[in-house]
Amino acid sequence: MYFVVAGAGEVGLHLSQALLEAGHEVTILEADRRRANYVQERLGSIVMNAAADEGRAQMEAGCNRADALIAVTGDDAKNLVICQLAKLNCHTPRVIARVNNPKNEIVFKTLGIDETISSTRVLMGVIEQELPTGGFMPLMPLAGTPNELIEAEIAPGSPPAGKTIAALRLPTGALVGGIVRKGKLMAADDETTLEVGDRVIVLSPEVSESEVRKALFG
Amino acid sequence: MNVVIVGCGRVGGFLAGLLDSEGHHVSVIDIASTSPARAERAWFQHLPASFKGETILGDGTDLDVLRQAGIERADAVLALTEGDNRNLMAAQIAHKIFAVKRVIAKVNDPVRAQTYRQMGINTFSRTTILGTLLLALLMEDREVGEVLLRKSLAHEEELAHEPVKAR
Repeated sequence: MYFVVAGAGEVGLHLSQALLEAGHEVTILEADRRRANYVQERLGSIVMNAAADEGRAQMEAGCNRADALIAVTGDDAKNLVICQLAKLNCHTPRVIARVNNPKNEIVFKTLGIDETISSTRVLMGVIEQELPTGGFMPLMPLAGTPNELIEAEIAPGSPPAGKTIAALRLPTGALVGGIVRKGKLMAADDETTLEVGDRVIVLSPEVSESEVRKALFG
Repeated sequence: MNVVIVGCGRVGGFLAGLLDSEGHHVSVIDIASTSPARAERAWFQHLPASFKGETILGDGTDLDVLRQAGIERADAVLALTEGDNRNLMAAQIAHKIFAVKRVIAKVNDPVRAQTYRQMGINTFSRTTILGTLLLALLMEDREVGEVLLRKSLAHEEELAHEPVKAR
């Protein structure tokens, strides 16, 4: 198959390498000349030093005969436009966008890009599998502050099951923002008793993450 | 009118000031840039001292930031950042997700501007607009830019007499 890869960052480089090793034909579009030269030295003359978000470069890269275009730059807006242009101008049958901000997955779908890959979500999936005793997921940092949002599922037999929030002894500065119980969002205070299967939303200083984990999983 | 402006560079700040002085409610979003060249500069420095609208620091392609700026009640959204792609993304979000009636995106690349116009996104390219105007001036074709120039010169006159922001 023939793939056009937009963006030769670390993701683009290793993705292209894997595709080449699997016997596919690849062209990489990279706007930065030095990066393009570097990747060319490593992978051979499959790199075009051109901006992937320009229609002409896409044409020259052969997007109109490509089986798929994969946009993997670090800029979500750029990945969106690259994919839309390839669909619209080159009629590339499959376009796949890397999404850096997980919130943009739904945005991309609404704007006609069906296939997205969120590195954040992939990593979260891996972390979840590594923790079979229940999900403990730092969801995201709270922009501009040293705090973060954590979601944790109360596992059967774990210390907090059946206890009140006050009894959890969360570290100073951390607080429970709410609970998702059987799919419904509910407010929580010190008196609220936690049940197995509850997903607890905790707001916490980033430095206290391990203490929060300890309070919830023992 | 309720207007949300994404990107508060020279154009965004200027237009926000004009709309505000005409009595419209304006919210301006500008990114908390991490690039050293921009981080040094004051945010929203291009807004006039008299500006009464709202300023929001955040990413103008982020749904929550747009909501915070009141996009759900907006009659118009203008995407005027330095990045064509960001403008196109913000404009599409406004048009397709929030169903804002009037959406305009500044797109410097004329080819992209035309492509998205065909998709129903109102775009304008300063490259072609300014280029066309300059050519007309050079060829002494007064008709092309007469109204535009008269109005812009009047605005420049007003800006020159704008009171300085007191600290």
